[in-house]
This record gives sequence, C-alpha cells and structure tokens, in this order.
Amino acid sequence: MAVQVELRGFGWRHAGRAAWAVRGVDLRIERGERVLLLGPSGAGKSTLLAALAGLLAEDSGEQEGTVTIAPGGVGIGAAGGGIGLLCQDPETQLVMARAGDDVAFGLENRGVPPEEIWPTVDAALAAVGFAYPRDHPTSALSGGEQQRLALAGALATRPSLLLLDEPTANLDPDGAALVRSAIGRVLADRETTLVLVEHRVAEALGLVDRVVVLGDGGVVADGPPDAVFAEHGNALTEQGVWVPGHPVTPRRTGSPGGPELLRGEGLWFRHPGADRFALSDVDCLVRSAEALAVVGPNGSGKSTLALLLGGLLAPTRGTVAPTMDLATGLTGPPHRWRAAALASRIGSVFQDPEHQFVSTRVADELALGPRRVGRTARETQSIVDDLLARLRLSHLARANPYTLSGGEQRRLSVATALATAPRVLILDEPTFGQDRRTWIELVDLLAKLRDDGCGVVAVTHDTDFVDALADRTLTLTGASHE
Amino acid sequence: MSSVATLMRRSDAPLARRNPVAKLAAGLVFTFAVLATLDPVTPALAIGIVLVLVPLFGVGYGELARRAAPVLLGATGVIVSLLFFAAERTGTVLFTVGPFAVTTGVVYTALGLSLRLFAVALPAILIFATTDPTDLADALIQNVKAPPRFAIGALAALRLVPLLGAQWRLLGLARRARGVDAGANPVAALRNFASATFALLVGAIRRGTRLATAMDARGFDSGLPRTWARRQRFGLADLALVAAAVVVSAALIATTVALGTFDPLLA
Repeated sequence: MAVQVELRGFGWRHAGRAAWAVRGVDLRIERGERVLLLGPSGAGKSTLLAALAGLLAEDSGEQEGTVTIAPGGVGIGAAGGGIGLLCQDPETQLVMARAGDDVAFGLENRGVPPEEIWPTVDAALAAVGFAYPRDHPTSALSGGEQQRLALAGALATRPSLLLLDEPTANLDPDGAALVRSAIGRVLADRETTLVLVEHRVAEALGLVDRVVVLGDGGVVADGPPDAVFAEHGNALTEQGVWVPGHPVTPRRTGSPGGPELLRGEGLWFRHPGADRFALSDVDCLVRSAEALAVVGPNGSGKSTLALLLGGLLAPTRGTVAPTMDLATGLTGPPHRWRAAALASRIGSVFQDPEHQFVSTRVADELALGPRRVGRTARETQSIVDDLLARLRLSHLARANPYTLSGGEQRRLSVATALATAPRVLILDEPTFGQDRRTWIELVDLLAKLRDDGCGVVAVTHDTDFVDALADRTLTLTGASHE
Repeated sequence: MSSVATLMRRSDAPLARRNPVAKLAAGLVFTFAVLATLDPVTPALAIGIVLVLVPLFGVGYGELARRAAPVLLGATGVIVSLLFFAAERTGTVLFTVGPFAVTTGVVYTALGLSLRLFAVALPAILIFATTDPTDLADALIQNVKAPPRFAIGALAALRLVPLLGAQWRLLGLARRARGVDAGANPVAALRNFASATFALLVGAIRRGTRLATAMDARGFDSGLPRTWARRQRFGLADLALVAAAVVVSAALIATTVALGTFDPLLA
C-alpha cells in the first residue's frame, strides 16, 4: 500500500559542517503520487532522499522540523514493505554474487518466511524484465542490467515508497531506457509512492506527474511538470537545472578539421589474462581543429580506445602513430614516451577526476604539469592563475582536490590536462553527472580549444554533448570474439 | 587480484559438496596434526593422503598443480635460504658451496619445512577451490551462529576486492597522463606509490560507504529477525567428514611415532 509523506520545516546539517545541506522544506506527497525532485547541484536533493529513506542517523548531524510517513513511519524497519532506495552507481547497489541471492537479500533482512522468498524473487525479476536465471553472476551483467537487478531488489519487498537517486546516470542510452521502462512497469498499479531525483529532466518526465524544485530556503516551485516549466523554466535553466525546451546552442564548426595529428590503425586490445578483446579492429584519425566524438554501447571499448590514443596503453595489435607535427622530435609510439613528454603532447582526462589527483591543494595540482615539462616558476604561476580564473576555481586554490564538488572536480581535472598545453586532448565521459551550467562551460571550453587548433577526442554517451560539439563521430559497435 | 573468486560452479563431488564449515573444521584438524611435528615424514605422508583425496573434491590434478604453483616458489625460497643461511649446521657435511657447508641437519630441516608448507597449503587450496564464498557465509551464520553483520558484511566486501586491482592499474595510467612517472628515481617511485595508495584508499572507502548505504537501505542489520533463503545443513555426512579428519590425523601422528621420526614442535 502506498504511503503519504509529509515534511514540515525540515532541515539537516551534516556533523562538522557550518552550512545546512537542506533547510526549510515544507512538502506533502499524497499516496501513489510520482514526484520528480529537481534543483541545482548542492540544493540537498540527495540529503532529502536519505531522510525519507531513514538513512540519516541521529549522531551524523542535526535535524530541524519533522518527517512523517504514514502509515508505517520513517525507517528501513518500518511496517509493511518499507522503503526501496536505488542510487546511481551500479557497482555498489548489488550485495550478493548471484542475481537471485541479491533480490532475496532484502527479503531475508525483513524476515520473510523462507518458503515465500523464492516465489517473490521470481516475481520481482519478472516485473523488471530481468532476462537471466537466478544463479547468474551479478559481476557478468552490464551496468543497465545491474541497475535493473538492483531495482528488482528494491521492489521485492513491495515498498510503499520508492526513492530513486539518478538511477540511470551511469548508463548508456539503451541501458537507461531499459531501467526507465522497468520503473514505469512496476509503478503502473499506483501501489507505490515515487520520489525521483534526476538531472536529465526530459527523460524522466514520462514517469512522473508532479515536479518539486528545491532551492535556497526550501521548495521554490511545485506543481504539474508543464506548469512548473512554463513558470520557472528560465530561472531553473539559470541555476543549472536541465529543463525541456531550453536547448543549448551548438558549437560545431561544420568545416573539415586541420592537418592530421594522430592515427590509430587496426587497433586491438586485450587486457592481460582476459579471454576476449576489449577493442577489436578500430581505425581512428585525430585531426587538429576538430572535435571527434567516440560513441557506442557500454562495453564496446570506447574507454580502451581513449587509453590507446592517449599513449597510456600499448595496443595488442595495430599501431598508434603520431605525425611529426605532434611528436616534435620524439620517436616511437606514444605509449613509449616518458610521462612528461606525453603530457605536453597528448592530454588525457579520466572519467573519475579523483583518479588523477596527486597533490593536496588545487593550485599545486595545476602547477604540477607545467613544472614537470620544464616551465619556469614564473611561467608556471601565470599558467596556474590563468586556468584558475578561466575555470572559476580561484576561490578554491588552497582547497584539497578531494573535498571539491563533482562539478568543481571535473573542471579541475580538465584544467590540469590543459596546463601542459597538449595538442591533442582526450576526454572520457567529460559531461557525466554535470549540471547544465558546468556542462555548457565544458562545451564552450572544448569548442575554444578546438578553434585554437587542438585535436579534441571525447568518449561519451551523452547525445546532447555530441550534438553540441562533435564535428565528426566514430561509432564503436562492440568487441568481436575471437 | 583476479584470483579472488567470488562465485564458482558448485561441484557435486562427494567431498566438495560437504558443508563449508565441516570442510573448514576438517582442514583445521588436519593442519594441526601436520604442524605438531618438525620431521619431514609426517608432512610427506599428509601430502600423500591429500593427493589420494583430490578426486573426491572433483578437482583435477592439473588444476591443483596450477593453484599450488606459488607454494612451490615459496618452498624453493625456504630450501635455498636454509641451505645457505641456517645458523644450526649439525650432522655430517654432505658438500660445500663456497663458504657454506651443507650438512644432513640442514637438509633435514629444509625438507621438513618445505614439505610442511605443501601439507598445509594443499588442503587449504582444495577447500577454498570447492567452497563458494556465499555458501561459506551462509554456513557460518546458520551452523556456527556467526553474526550476520560480520559474515554477510565480509562477503559483500569480498565482492569489491577484484575491483581494487582494476582501480590500481587505472590509477597508474591516470598518473602517467598527468606527466608523473618515477623513471629510475627510487624516491620519486616511493612518493608516487604513496600517493596512488592514498587515492586507492579514498576510492575504496567511498565505494564501501555507498555499498553500506545500499545494504542499510535494504534493511540489513535493522534489528528485525532475519530469515535465510538458502538453507545450509550440517548433516551426518558432514559430521563424518570431521570425525574422519580426527581419525586420520591421529593415525598420522601414531604412524610417525611408531616409525620413530616424531619430532614434536613443543618439546
């Protein structure tokens, strides 16, 4: 049975923080309603979801106001099916090694009699359209399939309240569609109240009948999607929220790129010990003054191609050949170059910014590259100051990179690659999880680099990003078995 | 890292399908017997017994040899270091290598130690090669009343271990992309290692926290009485396995005593 949710003057401050994560929220959600929760980065959407899920432990912060969920009350152990929660990272949503065991996990925890567990598991797997047997290894599933399985786990207890925190953010378009259709199917009977947090509004609209916008001081807009977007669309767009009907101006050049910089021919790659190729027989050309988008489903080898072009992995077969123009005096393939020489010619930006941080302050992080390629202290200082200003990081110069927000970390990781002024810049999912504001900044920055003659390669499954920036698209279809 | 198996095909072989706790207990009893004496005869007999039992675990000898290869490396290390560097050089001199006199006493100790290494490792390899981690956690909770918080928590964490290897490789590449490599400078290598380790730990803690949240959200350890979807039974056959391990271990010690080679560890 669906529940009614009511928040009165709700606020939460994490222990040790001066600022409130969320404050002054008055919100009433009726039984069976489906709510899309929006707001700019840092508005406290995830904190609010955690509060509804009963995951904010009393000793982990300070609470204002009240949260009521009726019938049943707040908390995981609540009566009935309780609450189902699904977050964005498929890797950490699953607990067990076998698909069926994972769905059974929540039922075991709630003390469901053993003889009822397996029929319930089968029903939940069928409800989300899971296509594998119960003993299928969870590690062998794609991201989309893993999220679908995690959804089955969250639904198996027939929760009265389903909380979804960007459930499709990590997925390719096909995987995201898969999960959305599974969500739509299980909500059809209106037995479950839904609260959904999602950056990409357009895709989520089919699932919801109400939009609530969180901002400074609580709920700033509330109502049916059409009304909210008509009235607040512009303001929301300003704040970085993705709003349907507010397209981004494309920055494509439409002209063919400049001279060739880097060429990959007949590239194959197999991880040591793996029995199949992660990438098979791909040709790829990187030109100056051109933005190349590499697209394809999860597992098609896009990230592997980025590492090969970036001179970070040696191809199992095939060659990555720089032109004289790019190599400027160096011989051999890029993967044999010393790191500093590589960084000043080909820059790579990884999907997870934290993988690339090596310093304890933002300014040191930016100074590292220029210093290693032999710039003087004064040149280094001017590069650092320039990048800090261009990427709106000046106020964070002394902060530890690990403490930055997702958008700030992304900007910093791009800035560190730019600090050594490479002719080729390779980025893996640069727009992943970014709000509209950072997204546009990234597109502008990359467009400018491209216009200045840099060869830009972006591995992505963000179709808007491809539309906005890419002059040429390379589609990988998936690894063939051999 | 890829050697950490979190899932395996459950085998129907008579010993492989015994209760995981029974297998573990039998292995422990046998190991204690082997460790109780310092002579080479006991571990040699123990290895013989284990090799006879291999087919009952449904494991091929080739696979066992492959999994035991690192042990061979360890045993070689033990033999070499003892032959050359053992402090006690009793018995008659067999031959000399430069300044090192290799005596019968040294050979006896080296042989005893390396055989013990195998006699302890082989049963452990057989047990873990045939025990699914999920079954082990289930059996620990259901048959020996281990706290689920510990057993299921460890099981969930184990599932993340293979990811650490992939993360570590990615961190190395990410650092190279930043222009960081140590070349031949050992100080720089150490510094890079420390900073990559820090990044690995930060990532592991973040993932662990997210996994813990996911487990909490699904009602884990919420104070409600837990039920089990998978029943682990400790039956007569399992009891028989433990009893057989006790009998065989006792017979092993008795044999070496009768042969006069028994050399107690705690003399």
